[in-house]
Amino acid sequence: MADTTIYSARKIITMNPARPTVSHVAVRDGKILAAGDLAELETWGNYKLDETFADKVLMPGLVEGHAHTMEGTLWRYVYCGFFDRGDPNGKVWDGLQTIEAILDRLKEAEVQIDDPDVPLSGWSLDPIYMDNTRVTRADLDSVSATRPIGVLHASGHILNVNTKALELGGLMKTGINHPGIPLGVDGYPTGELYGPETMTPVGVHVGFNRSLTDSDEQGLRDFAKLCVRTGVTTITDLAARLDDEGVEAMLNVTGEDDYPARVVPLQFFMGATPKKTVEKVVGLKARATDRLRLGRIKAVADGSIQGFSARMRWPGYHNGAPNGLWYTAPEQLAELYRLALAAGIQVHTHTNGDEATDMVLETLAPALRDVPSPNHRFTLQHCQLADAAQFRKMKELSMCVNLFANHHFYWGDEHYRLTVGPERALRMNACRTALETGVPMAIHSDAPVTPLGPFFTAWSAVNRLTASGRTQGEHEKIGVEAALYAITLGAAYTLHLDDEIGSIEVGKKADFAVLEDDPTEIGGDNLKDVRVWGTVQGGRIFAASKL
Amino acid sequence: MTIPLPVTVIGGYLGSGKTTLVNHLLRNANGLRLAILVNEFGELAIDEDLIEAEDDDIISIAGGCVCCSFGSDLTGALMDMAKLNPQPDHVLIESSGVAIPSAIVGSVSLLDGFCTDGIVILADAETIQSSAGDKYMGDTVLRQLADANIIVLNKTDLVNEAHLSETKQWLGQQTGDVRIIESSHSIVAPQVVLDSFLVQQALEVPHLEASNLEMMTITLREPVDVENLAKKLADDDLGLIRAKGFVTSLTGQKTLIQVVGRRWETSLAPDSTLSGIVCLGFKGLISKQNIEKIGNVAS
Repeated sequence: MADTTIYSARKIITMNPARPTVSHVAVRDGKILAAGDLAELETWGNYKLDETFADKVLMPGLVEGHAHTMEGTLWRYVYCGFFDRGDPNGKVWDGLQTIEAILDRLKEAEVQIDDPDVPLSGWSLDPIYMDNTRVTRADLDSVSATRPIGVLHASGHILNVNTKALELGGLMKTGINHPGIPLGVDGYPTGELYGPETMTPVGVHVGFNRSLTDSDEQGLRDFAKLCVRTGVTTITDLAARLDDEGVEAMLNVTGEDDYPARVVPLQFFMGATPKKTVEKVVGLKARATDRLRLGRIKAVADGSIQGFSARMRWPGYHNGAPNGLWYTAPEQLAELYRLALAAGIQVHTHTNGDEATDMVLETLAPALRDVPSPNHRFTLQHCQLADAAQFRKMKELSMCVNLFANHHFYWGDEHYRLTVGPERALRMNACRTALETGVPMAIHSDAPVTPLGPFFTAWSAVNRLTASGRTQGEHEKIGVEAALYAITLGAAYTLHLDDEIGSIEVGKKADFAVLEDDPTEIGGDNLKDVRVWGTVQGGRIFAASKL
Repeated sequence: MTIPLPVTVIGGYLGSGKTTLVNHLLRNANGLRLAILVNEFGELAIDEDLIEAEDDDIISIAGGCVCCSFGSDLTGALMDMAKLNPQPDHVLIESSGVAIPSAIVGSVSLLDGFCTDGIVILADAETIQSSAGDKYMGDTVLRQLADANIIVLNKTDLVNEAHLSETKQWLGQQTGDVRIIESSHSIVAPQVVLDSFLVQQALEVPHLEASNLEMMTITLREPVDVENLAKKLADDDLGLIRAKGFVTSLTGQKTLIQVVGRRWETSLAPDSTLSGIVCLGFKGLISKQNIEKIGNVAS
C-alpha cells in the first residue's frame, strides 16, 4: 500500500462547509485521504507525521481562471511597470514612477549586454499613472542610439521603440498616414506603435516576435515559479495557439517531475473554422494529462474598453469615441457553440463591452435549444460591463462568469473619467450582482496584463479600490469568504474541475496553498498582504524559498 | 528600382461571396501568380480541383498560386509572402466578415515593398440592406461599404428587378455613388478586382464580353501633367472602374498611374516601360468621344 503522510497545520481552511476548518490532512498517492483531527486520520492505518506546516495555514491550492503563460517569458525583459512586482525568482522589482526612472533602469540593463546588435526589451509600461506623459523615441535614444529598444505597455497593445528600431522596421520615414502611428512635429513617428499591425514590423527587431503569446519551455517553468510564490496550483493559459510543437513542449515541461502547477490551456478560436477548431480540440482532449488539461476553447467577441475597441450598447463611450470592433461574427460563434456543445467541449468567450455580452447571450440561447447541455458551464471572460439583467440571463442559460476584479484597481479611474463614465464605472465587474443572481463566478488577474496573485484579486473584489484610492461601486463589494471561494472552488467550477480541486476534502488532489497568515483573520483590508510560503501540488511540496 | 507587390483587399460581410470570388479569380488567373491570404481556411477555402498540395499553413494551387491563412497575424503573413521565391505577382487579402478593410489597408501601407490596389467590397444583393440594419453588425457592414473603392453587388440572380434597382439606389446613398458592378455567383471580369489583370499581355480575359464593361487603351505620345491626368481618369463623369498604365511627365520622367474608382495615385517607374494606359469602364460611359478628350485612344 502507498505511504500515507499526515500534515499538521496551525489551521486548515477546507472550503468544505461540512467541516470548514481542521487541524490535519492525510495525503496518499498525491490525493487527500482525509481531513480532520489527528485521531480521525489515524484510523486509516500507518502514517508518517509531517510537521513542516505546523505553524502555517493551509488552504486549497488557488485556481487562476484567466492568465497567460507569456507572463513567464516577459520576465526575461526589463520590468518598467508603475507598481512593485515580484519576478519568478522572488525578487520584487520596485515600481517606477517617472520616465527618468524607467530610462535609468533601461540604461542599467543596456550596459550589461555585450553584443551591440542584441535588442533591449522592456515591458509593463503604463503612462496613465504618470499624467499620461508619453515616452518618445528620443527618450529611448538616450538609452542607446545604436541598439534597437522596445518597451511593451502593460495592456500589451502598445509598443514604444527607439529610432534604431524604427529604422530596422522600415518606419523611420515621413508621410506615414496610419491611426496607430502618431507623428511628431518633424513628421516622423514618435516611437509609439498602437495595435498588432503596427507593432509586428518593428517588434521582431526588439525581441517581441510574432508568437509573443506562446510561452517557450523556460517561460513555462518561470510561469510555474510565479504560481508557487502566489499559492496557485492550477492555472489557465487562456488563448493558446497550440500548434504541434507547442503542445509537445507543454506536455514535456508540465510532465517534469518537479513541475509544480496544473496548466489548463484553451485553444484560441482564430484562423480556423468552427468545425476544424472543435475537431482539433477533441483530439487534444484525448492527449490531456493530469498537469496539462487540454480540451477547451477560447473565443473573442470584442476588444478592450480602455482601447475603445470593446462593443458598447447605447449610449456608447463616455468620451464619444466610436463603437469598437467585433473580432468574431455571431454566425461564427453560433456554429462554434453548436458544434462544441454537441462534442462536449467547453467554450470560454471574451466579452468586455455590454453589447458583446448581449451578442453572446443571444447567440448561445438558440444553440442550447438545439443541443440541450445542462452541464455546459460556458463561461463569459472579463464581462466587465454586464448589468443586472444580463446576469439574470446568464443564470437562465446556466452560464458562468469570470470577472476581471484586478482591472477595477488598475484602470477603474480611467473608466470613471473617460471610457464609460461614473454610473457604468460603478457597476463594472459586478461580483455581488453575479453571486446574488446565482451565476457561478470566478475572478481573475489576466496576468501578465496585471500581476498574478489571487489574494490581490480577492482584495480587489472585497474593497473595490481604484489606484487613486477611491472606492468605486460600494454596492458590488463582496465579503472575504465569497472572495476566497471565487479563487478556489469558484474558478475550479468554471473549468469543470471542482470535482478534483478547489477544496480540501477526501478524494481531491492534494493541492494546498501554504500560508504564513490566515486570510480569514487578516481582515479584508489586508487580504492582498497574505504571505505565501509556497504550495503543495499533487502531494509534492514546493517552498517558494527553494525554487 | 524594385516594383512593389500590389495588394488588393476583398471585403464584405459573411456570405457575400468572397470565397467564391477568390476561386473564380484563381480559375482565371491566366498565368498571373496570385497569393491569397485568408483569415481562416474555411471548409472549402479553395476548390479541390485547383489544389496541388496542402499543409497546415499554405495551399499550393495550379498555375503557381498559393493560399495562406493568417489568423491574427496579417502583417507577419505579408512579410512571408514577400519572401516567397518566385515572388507572387499580386497579393489578395480576403478579410474576415467583421474586419474593417481600411484598417487592413492601413497596415499594408506600413510595410516596405507593398502597394495597395484598392478595396473591393462584395455585397449580397438579397441581404445587404437587412445586414446593414442588424443591431449588432449593422455599423460594421456600413463601415465596410464606406471603405469600398469598388462594390461588387453579388447574387443579383436571387432578386427581382425592382429589388435590385432599389438596392443600388440605397447603396449609392450609403457610399456617395461609388462604382458598383453587378454579378451573380461572384463572376466578374478579373480586371475589376485586380489591376494586375488590366496590364496582362493577353487582354482576352473571360467574363468581360458578356458584361456591361469595356476596356480601352489610351496612348499618350506627348509628355503630360500626370496629376491632372490621373484626376481626370478618376472623375465621376468618366466613371472608370480602374485604370493603370505609364506616361511621361512634363519633366520627362516615366510615371505609373493607378486609378481604382475615385482613388488615384502616381509613382515613378523605370524608363524602359512602354507608354499607355488601360482603362476599364462601363459601356457607354467609356466612349471614345469621352476619352478622346484625354488622349489618343486605341481600343
